Amino acid sequence: MNAPATTAGTAPRTGPRPAPWTRHVRRTAAVLAALALWQLLAQFRVHLWLRFSQFPTVTETAREFARRLGTGAYWQDVSESLTRIVGGFALAAVLGVAVGTALARSALAFDLLGPLLEVLRPIPAIALVPVAILLFPSNEQGIVFITFAAAFFPVTVSTRHAVRALTPVWEEAVRTMGAGRWRVLWSVVLPGALPGILGGLSVGVGVSWICVISAEMISGEYGVGYRTWQDYTVLDYPGVFVGMATIGLLGRLTSTGVELLGRRLTRWLPRTADGPGPPAGARVRWRRARAVPGGSS
Amino acid sequence: MTDTEITPAAPAQGAAPGLRLTLTDAVLGRLGAPVLHGLDLDVAAGEILTVVGPSGCGKSTLLRTLAGLLPLLDGRLSQDGEPVEGPAADRALIFQEDALLPWRTLRANVELPLAIRGVARAQRRARADDWVARVGLTAHATRLPHQVSGGQRQRAQLARALAGRPRAVLMDEPFGALDAQTRAGMQQLLVTVLTGTRATVVFVTHDVDEALFLGDRVALLGTGRVLDVPRPRVRAAHAEPATAALRREVLASLDGRTEGRPGVRRTA
Repeated sequence: MNAPATTAGTAPRTGPRPAPWTRHVRRTAAVLAALALWQLLAQFRVHLWLRFSQFPTVTETAREFARRLGTGAYWQDVSESLTRIVGGFALAAVLGVAVGTALARSALAFDLLGPLLEVLRPIPAIALVPVAILLFPSNEQGIVFITFAAAFFPVTVSTRHAVRALTPVWEEAVRTMGAGRWRVLWSVVLPGALPGILGGLSVGVGVSWICVISAEMISGEYGVGYRTWQDYTVLDYPGVFVGMATIGLLGRLTSTGVELLGRRLTRWLPRTADGPGPPAGARVRWRRARAVPGGSS
Repeated sequence: MTDTEITPAAPAQGAAPGLRLTLTDAVLGRLGAPVLHGLDLDVAAGEILTVVGPSGCGKSTLLRTLAGLLPLLDGRLSQDGEPVEGPAADRALIFQEDALLPWRTLRANVELPLAIRGVARAQRRARADDWVARVGLTAHATRLPHQVSGGQRQRAQLARALAGRPRAVLMDEPFGALDAQTRAGMQQLLVTVLTGTRATVVFVTHDVDEALFLGDRVALLGTGRVLDVPRPRVRAAHAEPATAALRREVLASLDGRTEGRPGVRRTA
């Protein structure tokens, strides 16, 4: 509760923990140092095997960023990309939870869908671009499809495992109250599996974001990925860096959104008074960092 | 016992009569792993039958079968003469392990059987609150299960099971994980709240004193014997001459039970 208790409670794990403001200073300093290094390397056109001669400087990139924020085209790209990821990811969340639950609870569903999904799962979503182009009348639908495919498997797999790992007495208890199949599903299976499902959603939103950008680069007509690639083809390097910064910020925004939603839905989970590990803000970053490599493998 | 202010139970007016449960020549267990063979058991309507037996003798299997969660491998199970098919709300099961849903508050857990039956929200809330009060948990009604003690969780389980107005309550060592003092309080509470119902109770335990204190009759699983317990209930069973003799008999019969005795196959 109070500061000494916090230190005492977590001391065995991480050693004495510095005051919160020290940690904020440290984090800000790390980011500023990285930016300063970039500025120096680009400004002095450093060429030590790695070549920074073509790199825009931080100030050039920032100036370009500020200019683009004032244009309608930038916001159109952002909203296109966000629409695609929200559509594809929402579809993946709903279908992934449904299919994962069916796989875990129905032998029939497992026999019919299991082998098929196991064969499709190793195919990277971005390798589905040709399929998407053949399948859908417009590029737009193809991109949403690829975003969906990227998130679908992590959500399905995590849902299946979470449902199978449920404590059996929960279901037995509810069945002895006269609950039918759907009541068990709604009152026990879904809420009980939710913490595990959220892990899959977290991974899924990260992979989705990677795939929406890649798909836009290949076949988009608008969108942040499309714009970034266009800027590259016309050698507008500050524009490319603005695109990358935008991708990073929006990715962070979407995964934080999923994370916050998840924490809100699982407030019932037992937690120690101060929570284990890093403070809340740091936890979000850590989960996302884990989510992205896990999903792309 | 600071928070055990137990509201006296209402007299058993209008409560549904208890179920008579009958097992005939039953084989219980999971397919390929039968635990109990040739079991005959008749539980009279409204009685409290305690079942004792060493661990691993099939006590939990018996209760899960009575609840309808485990199908019989052979033989018959009937309630009031009708065959039992699957679990139903009139036979409530209380577990030794924590079976409260951890994302629901204690009150919401107690409301659950009423919600499943489709009782309207306001009425459901009132009845849940009544049961929460009867088990002395009013101060903790809005807490989550992990925020209260093990004894309080078992009280909430009891309230949840009884809120559905079952006609039989099946209890699987519900106080087995509690310390001795909490356990004695829970036994007293159980007797108190049960007087408000006419439900049949099957109570499984490995504690002979608990079995003698709670039971109208004690069934010795594996021996095929069922013993009547003298009334009124007394806490120190060994101090009363009549129960002391009974206690010796129960212990002797559990000790003297040999491996290959009919009615039981020992599991490793």
